[in-house]
Amino acid sequence: MAATLFQKVWDAHTVRVLPSGQTQLFVGLHLVHEVTTPQAFDMMRQHGWRVAFPERTFATIDHIVPTRAQQRPFLDVMAEEMATSLERNCRDAGIPLWTPEQDEQGIVHVIGPELGLTQPGMTIACGDSHTSTHGALGAIAFGIGTSQVRDVLASQCLALDPLKVRRIDVTGSLTRGVYAKDVILTIIRRLGVQGGVGFAYEYGGPTIDAMTLDERMTICNMSIEGGARVGYVNPDDTTFAYLRGRPFAPQGAAFDRAVAWWRQIASDRNAVYDERVSVDATRIEPTVTWGINPGQSVGVSEAIEGDPHDEAFAFMGFRPGARVTGTKIDVAFIGSCTNGRLSDLEEAARIVRGSRVAPHVKALVVPGSKSVSRAAEARGLDRVFMDAGFEWRGAGCSMCLGMNPDRLEGQQTCASSSNRNFKGRQGSPTGRTLLMSPAMVAAAAIAGEVVDVRTMLEEVPA
Amino acid sequence: MTQPSAITHIEGRGLPIRGHDIDTDRIMPARFLVAVSFEGLERHVFEDDRKADPSHPFNDPRYRGASILVVNANFGCGSSREHAPQGLARFGIRAIVGESFSEIFRGNAAMMGMPCFAAARESIDSLQELIEQTPGVTIAADVASGEISAGSLHFTATLPPALADAFVSGQWNPTAMLLDRFDEVRAVAARLPYISGF
Repeated sequence: MAATLFQKVWDAHTVRVLPSGQTQLFVGLHLVHEVTTPQAFDMMRQHGWRVAFPERTFATIDHIVPTRAQQRPFLDVMAEEMATSLERNCRDAGIPLWTPEQDEQGIVHVIGPELGLTQPGMTIACGDSHTSTHGALGAIAFGIGTSQVRDVLASQCLALDPLKVRRIDVTGSLTRGVYAKDVILTIIRRLGVQGGVGFAYEYGGPTIDAMTLDERMTICNMSIEGGARVGYVNPDDTTFAYLRGRPFAPQGAAFDRAVAWWRQIASDRNAVYDERVSVDATRIEPTVTWGINPGQSVGVSEAIEGDPHDEAFAFMGFRPGARVTGTKIDVAFIGSCTNGRLSDLEEAARIVRGSRVAPHVKALVVPGSKSVSRAAEARGLDRVFMDAGFEWRGAGCSMCLGMNPDRLEGQQTCASSSNRNFKGRQGSPTGRTLLMSPAMVAAAAIAGEVVDVRTMLEEVPA
Repeated sequence: MTQPSAITHIEGRGLPIRGHDIDTDRIMPARFLVAVSFEGLERHVFEDDRKADPSHPFNDPRYRGASILVVNANFGCGSSREHAPQGLARFGIRAIVGESFSEIFRGNAAMMGMPCFAAARESIDSLQELIEQTPGVTIAADVASGEISAGSLHFTATLPPALADAFVSGQWNPTAMLLDRFDEVRAVAARLPYISGF
């Protein structure tokens, strides 16, 4: 019978139906970071449980890492304690850990795919809601809480209810200056921040088919911002080419056998979906959030609409009918698990090259991983950014969330390539976040205000 | 950590938090996640919102001692941080009644024995109004039936059936069940091509 990738992967990983009616699902890859796991390891110790599959578990340090000076011990005593706690827990359990001293370190959702740990047909869990990112390679990846981290450590399983599947077909070519970020912001705006609750989002159609893995990761990453815990793209030749040769990907003849299985695990052509939605990519323009959730966005040529009593207007200093262009910014942030990959930095660098950051703007570029950082430096992108007045930082979650020294201050407005514009998200309770593509952030940094990146692209050769 | 026990009936005074899409960054700002335990999180629940608004319900002495939070749609969206429901539970919240919840938040709360009941918007509006007018009113929630009552107000709310069963049977913390037949876990692992080396 025709089935979706979600159903096939779910079935292949089902251990049994629990007495509660939930499914006991085996987790093929467990990714661990310092923030949501120390309590889980404590609970394990209290029960005398051992990590069941340390060989299926990998750890890194990302959220708390300072991006300016990464030497240990970290200046923040609590951050250092979190790091040492993870080091001790991983050593005791035999879990590989990549710390900031190592070449492989980076944001967990950047390094999983980059190292080839993330593969099609896997179930993946991580104590982080942006785990949906890994779906870009055709995995079913769940963001989980700390008690569930404990469950996965102890049993390599989760107790879950199956999800429905909504197929989102994106058709038509993206116009110049429009990126994967604009596509996903548009999808969330249309389906709502709650629209995906109870669903896995399967992204497909010619536009998605034509995208690189980096672009697909940007799309899947923000599934959770639309309420969908899981988002994925069926694996195809682009996926296989991306994986070939990566350190943890199958090698040699095993790779070819893997490709055969990966093809089989993709959704069947005549699979039946619980719902289908189509999006016309040709109509999408550079998109910017104006409010306090990722569904509150607007195209650069549109006027903001909404209930004037919505607290988002007062908090962000906008009113209905206004436009986002011309909004003065104080900070520009390029990075995060959404848009901190090499291609994101390349797109931003195209805009930045030969220009200067506006004098009143603090601008920083934070590569998503050490590997991204090295690749960017090999291409001279660090120089391009620094010559323009950007700060070039070390890998980490940085200003996406207020857990490390990179934070907004007071009522600063930040043009940000990250994923959340929640009140206080970037570390200042009154800080204002405008989400947009890395190219749009670069353009805003130079102009000192939100501008339509397409006006700058006219001056840049394609 | 306490062993799971049956949760069949929850009774207490209410605390209304109005507004849709209240995310976990607001419930528990990220700076309080720089810690290796959940201890003390109760002091930081809604900290930034409370500072910005002196009349925030969590500042309001009329609601002191309340144990049932009454919220609107998509409560707990955003980050998967269990620190948010942990903070609420440590503050004294034992159940949440609302229009709807984020999936991860609801699952996290369940793992801690804190049911999140979903009900129609009109019912939530009425309950929030009732609590605001009569903060002393006792709310009673029956886990199996989803019946919620407060004063003369009665309505039916829902829990996902598996969660309702888990609370009533005392099996809301599933680790023991997941470990129960570990040979079957190993058998599934052995069948997966990416584990057997293709």
